[in-house]
Amino acid sequence: MADLIYRVNMTNLSFKIEEVPTEWMGLGGRALTSTIVAKEVDPECHPLGPNNKLVFAPGLLSGTSASNSGRNSCGAKSPLTGGIKESNVGGTSAQIMSKLGVKALIIEGMPKKNAFYQLHVTKNNVEFIEVPELVGKDNYAVLDAMAAKYDKKVAVMTIGRVGEMRMNLANISVKDPGGKLRSHGRGGLGAVMGSKKIKCITVDAADYKEVTIADPEKFKEASKIFTKALQENPISGQGLPAFGTNVLVNILNEAGGLPTHNFREGNWEFAENICGETMAETIKARGGKTTHGCHAGCVIQCSQVYNDKDGNYLTSGFEYETIWALGSNFGIKDLDMIAKIDGLMDDLGVDSIEASVTLGLAVDAGIVAYGDGEKAYELLSKDLPQGTPIGRIIGSGTHVLGKIYGLTHVPTVKGQGIPAYEPRAVKGQGITYATSTMGADHTSGYAVATNILNSGGYVDPLKKEGQVELARNLQIATAAVDSTGMCIFVAFPALDDPKCLPALVDMINARFGCSLTIDDVVNLGKTILKTEHEFNIKAGLGKADDRLPEFMKYETLPPHNAIWDFSGEEIDEFWNF
Amino acid sequence: MMTVTVKLFAQYRDGRFKDEKIEYAKGTTAQMVVDALELEGVSPLGVLMVNGRHVDPSYHLKEGDEIALFPKIGGG
Ligand code: SF4
Repeated sequence: MADLIYRVNMTNLSFKIEEVPTEWMGLGGRALTSTIVAKEVDPECHPLGPNNKLVFAPGLLSGTSASNSGRNSCGAKSPLTGGIKESNVGGTSAQIMSKLGVKALIIEGMPKKNAFYQLHVTKNNVEFIEVPELVGKDNYAVLDAMAAKYDKKVAVMTIGRVGEMRMNLANISVKDPGGKLRSHGRGGLGAVMGSKKIKCITVDAADYKEVTIADPEKFKEASKIFTKALQENPISGQGLPAFGTNVLVNILNEAGGLPTHNFREGNWEFAENICGETMAETIKARGGKTTHGCHAGCVIQCSQVYNDKDGNYLTSGFEYETIWALGSNFGIKDLDMIAKIDGLMDDLGVDSIEASVTLGLAVDAGIVAYGDGEKAYELLSKDLPQGTPIGRIIGSGTHVLGKIYGLTHVPTVKGQGIPAYEPRAVKGQGITYATSTMGADHTSGYAVATNILNSGGYVDPLKKEGQVELARNLQIATAAVDSTGMCIFVAFPALDDPKCLPALVDMINARFGCSLTIDDVVNLGKTILKTEHEFNIKAGLGKADDRLPEFMKYETLPPHNAIWDFSGEEIDEFWNF
Repeated sequence: MMTVTVKLFAQYRDGRFKDEKIEYAKGTTAQMVVDALELEGVSPLGVLMVNGRHVDPSYHLKEGDEIALFPKIGGG
């Protein structure tokens, strides 16, 4: 059975099922969402208006037995950046959509009626169900309601109250295999879903079939090599499962690249309180889980389950970026408090990076004191979901808060908060932040790997030489990986193990009966970036938007007294490919 | 002799220490510190920094240096 496009129109609550156009056949994940958004969305449209579209597309290998292939992409014009957005996530939605044969779900229009809907996607059908009982509820209540209604395996994509109110930091949350949540985190995609009056999307797991593989033998063989490469690599095989992504606190702190006090210093005296080593010890002592997969088939398992002192669940998927943002950047020294806020943000359905970077800036605005976790919890749990004026200001994200309070020390690019790596001290990452089509996004080209972690070679983080080329190569490769449905952490073995990438390409070839080469995959990455860049230009984003905040040019960053010293022309070289 | 602060991270801490001031003979290199602590039996050396800068394992330590040793780690 060939995969199909499911197209939903919210204006008249109708749907059609379409054949996949030839030019979309070889695309999946980010390649497909970005191609559809670029082709079908007017770049000048209001992101929260009827002409934006919300597109979901599982990766090329999602739904197969390939390790770590269960990522789903979501794309739209972003209300946060005003440009194109793709955000991918684990959970159960990619695998179930793929097995159902949904190559992409395109949602367009917007209802005139003031009611929220659930979309229930099944084989050859989409039901539109009014859900007044879920309005004003947050994510876990939605999961409970769907668990009561369907087979427990049903995929759920949902928004909380913050998404209903169309705030910039609303995300789309996705049920994971353990019944907890993962997020299409960045760019306000939850606000786009809210604008279309969709409270949740469920994808039926009852009548799916396994995805077809053109050459099962070849697939099996390549898949074995690929899995072995993931397991044998010290990063994906040992470090990530043992300490999670939070292992990065200490190394960034050591290198002077851990943004502290809203991007004023590069290290923090309390890093040890919140670091991955402390977190792993705490989890073990309290009977949580240090290894946990965000989707079935993950052999790396960088995620974890973090319990409180009494052994009760506090949060899972506890990532470095959230811990950093609430930790050194906002000042909370207590990992339990950070975990409590992380769990709250899951339930509310907000981007834990944007929300926490905004809190870091809220200190400058005089809204909250540095490190005041109780007040932060109150702002997020009460003001934000109730939509009080201060709640809405925080819910608008870092950039808007900076404008409202007349601040200049505002860490954003294209309106999106800068995550976790100081651009002045990790300059390759700075180039990625400046040039990414997504706004400041660490996942779009992880130059930290080569600047700090000695993966894929070494480029001195404090020098300019080689950074533009590094960021370009990594962004191209990442765009391609984001299209396969693979978790981006396969990049670590791919950078250092020559068997890894060819095995990945072999799996794609065996799945579809094609004969792509590594060059074809690289070219796919280039095409995606160019398509996204073109959309952004048409949306009104120009070279001046490919820049870091000006304060980084005149405020030096301790301990290395680093400065952002790239000229505009040097940054623009990025697009010469 | 000279005193150097040695900081260990991730799996290197297991059964060892977080940070300690240790005396070494003049002329000791970073690699000799790694060898003496038998770190690479645990996991290959990933990152070596002295005073917050990446250095080569052949780096000659000086009085008061802070050396940070990480196995191969990653995240994102
Ligand atoms: S390595 Fe982590 S992010 Fe990647 S698929 Fe596994 S749990 Fe998810």
